[in-house]
Amino acid sequence: MPTFNFDLCELPSEAQSLRAEVREFLREALGGASSSKRALSWGGFDREFSRRLGARGWIGMMWPKKYGGHERTALERYVVLEECLAAGAPVSAHWVADRQSGPLLLRFGTEEQRQRFLPRIAKGELAFAIGMSEPDSGSDLASIRTRAEHVEGGYRVNGTKIWTSNAHISDYAISLFRTKVVPDKKHEGLSQFLVDLKSPGIRIRPIIDLAGGHHFNEVHFENAFVPDDMLVGKEGEGWRQVSTELAFERSGPERYLSSIRLIMELIREAGREPGERAAVVIGRLTAHLITLRQMSLSVAGMLQAGQNPNLEAAVVKDVGTGFEQEIPETVHALLGVEPRLGSGSQFERTLGYLVQHAPSFSLRGGTREVLRGIIARGLGLR
Amino acid sequence: MSTREGKELRTILADTCTRLFTAQVTPQLQESAEKGTWPEALWRQVEENGLTLPQVPESRGGAGGSWSDAHVVLTTAGRHAVPLPIAETMMGGWLLAQSGLDVPMGPLTVAPSSLHSRLTLARDGNGFRLDGSAPRVPWGRQAEHVVVAAEDEGRPMIALVARSGAAVDEDVNLALEPRDTLTWHAATVVAAASGPPASMLWQLGALARAAQMAGGLEYLLAQSVKYVTERSQFGRTLSSFQAIQHQLALLAGHTAAAGMAAQHAFGVMDARGAGNLGEPAFEIAVAKIRVGEAAGLGAGIAHQCHGAIGFTYEHSLHFVTRRLWSWRAEFGGESHWSLELGREVAARGAEALWPHLTSR
Repeated sequence: MPTFNFDLCELPSEAQSLRAEVREFLREALGGASSSKRALSWGGFDREFSRRLGARGWIGMMWPKKYGGHERTALERYVVLEECLAAGAPVSAHWVADRQSGPLLLRFGTEEQRQRFLPRIAKGELAFAIGMSEPDSGSDLASIRTRAEHVEGGYRVNGTKIWTSNAHISDYAISLFRTKVVPDKKHEGLSQFLVDLKSPGIRIRPIIDLAGGHHFNEVHFENAFVPDDMLVGKEGEGWRQVSTELAFERSGPERYLSSIRLIMELIREAGREPGERAAVVIGRLTAHLITLRQMSLSVAGMLQAGQNPNLEAAVVKDVGTGFEQEIPETVHALLGVEPRLGSGSQFERTLGYLVQHAPSFSLRGGTREVLRGIIARGLGLR
Repeated sequence: MSTREGKELRTILADTCTRLFTAQVTPQLQESAEKGTWPEALWRQVEENGLTLPQVPESRGGAGGSWSDAHVVLTTAGRHAVPLPIAETMMGGWLLAQSGLDVPMGPLTVAPSSLHSRLTLARDGNGFRLDGSAPRVPWGRQAEHVVVAAEDEGRPMIALVARSGAAVDEDVNLALEPRDTLTWHAATVVAAASGPPASMLWQLGALARAAQMAGGLEYLLAQSVKYVTERSQFGRTLSSFQAIQHQLALLAGHTAAAGMAAQHAFGVMDARGAGNLGEPAFEIAVAKIRVGEAAGLGAGIAHQCHGAIGFTYEHSLHFVTRRLWSWRAEFGGESHWSLELGREVAARGAEALWPHLTSR
């Protein structure tokens, strides 16, 4: 049986001094932001914040300097990510580009694309969305149908993408289209494109989530034109490229830290001398939190060592999202406090936000069921 | 020693343990140990290979390695459900060495193994005599010596006594491992010195059990994967059923988390240096909580995947699952350590949570 390879990863001293810098920056940049606002975690979108973070050199940290990157290590980048998440910084305006669109361009993009996009991403100036899912294909990604037909100078795109987070406030969406229909081989004939969301023929329609928020969108393509130079990588290689991209998407600390604000509010609520039940709950949640951090760090260590921790990343995401989701349930079981929206204490409002958003944690970036399938394959079961 | 060098040595150590235990720890040996037979030949090989005192300094009779080495041995021993007091010998040996005492050959155990029993030393000429009773001492009847955390006029002492000086009231845990009550009346003490308090012994016990359980979970995962790929029902292997695949993915997650939690605690023991154990209790608590939780869930999943055959004495699964059900409660269960950890975290306050856990 192939086994998982979780080794301890110790952060080097330069990562620790960086942590102090980041913490100081966040203290100043976030000021007195409330707990319930920080609970948005990586859902908070603030271009000004992203520009400031970019100015500090904390976006595109591992990329080559010639593309505006900073040639720092995976572990240094990890420290910035976890500090931002723990503080509840509004990172959404650069998160996707830093995590997956940029690395994708670095790996598969043309020289011209890299020079054109990467420096601006690293400055925190470009927000990216991800155009993968479609109305008839959510988890079954290879079944997408949006067509990109080659025409003079580019591609004509027709179809619909769905669940495209932040499409309405982003600049570009890396999108997966079908450039060729290969009967019975749905993984073939797919290609990735850089789509300018302001292009004619693209209509973005909001999908309001159960909490009344607008993050999701439907993106309709009606004879939209995508120029040849916006093809990413090779035509027909989209599936392989997307698999790489999804590994970036699953490996980070955002897969276990989404509810940390509620743990902190629970500690505040319980006081310095908590009752036994509250202390037991706090102790248990802390044990899970620390263990997940070590697992997540271990994945970062593997990335740093040039290994391919796809399987371990899937494990961390599965265990991590389960933990994130359990926190509001555990808090409810302990205290039975009513979750609140705009009124009530910070504790009640943080709970209100997280109770409603928790279902999404094991859906986004690959559902729990998809991940367990990946893990099962890693175990040799399929 | 560089990290890489240490890691390579640990790979060799793991191979040694795996080879030895795979060859020797057969179901027959486990069954005979459960009937009370001491596996002397196996003990001698384990001892000769330096597996009983990996983290004890050479000057005191150990192998001169690290807690991370101890982690490797304990995890492997847990994976194979080795019916020997390896963990207890390791703990006892380390406590003796910490107190400046030499470590004798042969199996050791430690007492007390509960927070509530007190053992006291009384001065007798140049030496000491030991009084008190300790329940549920692991391998009590089969250890040659007992390393005791006792008090001399309120001062914490580590004392070495011959087991033969104790009255033994035999009992067992769920896995039929000896858990005996040892009682001493003015018993002769071989050697004693001021040393770590009984709470340290309790922490070491939790640490060791965490590693053993993490190893046990590795066995459950491997054994369950093996079983479901071999066994067919409804015309196809169990492994092809999505319900089974997802259960085993869940078990894999718990196994990975347990392994990480235990490994982390041992790593902190090395990083902080022997003797500076004030704070590592934090990571030990984390490990015992996380691994203990995984043990219960993991045993449940493994049995479900094995069906009725796994519930029989004939099948080997229970050698590990019965241990997990006992070990998770020994040296403090999840609720005990969660309470300790929760109080410490709460006392620091909400804003200290993240800075504290990233500073360690």
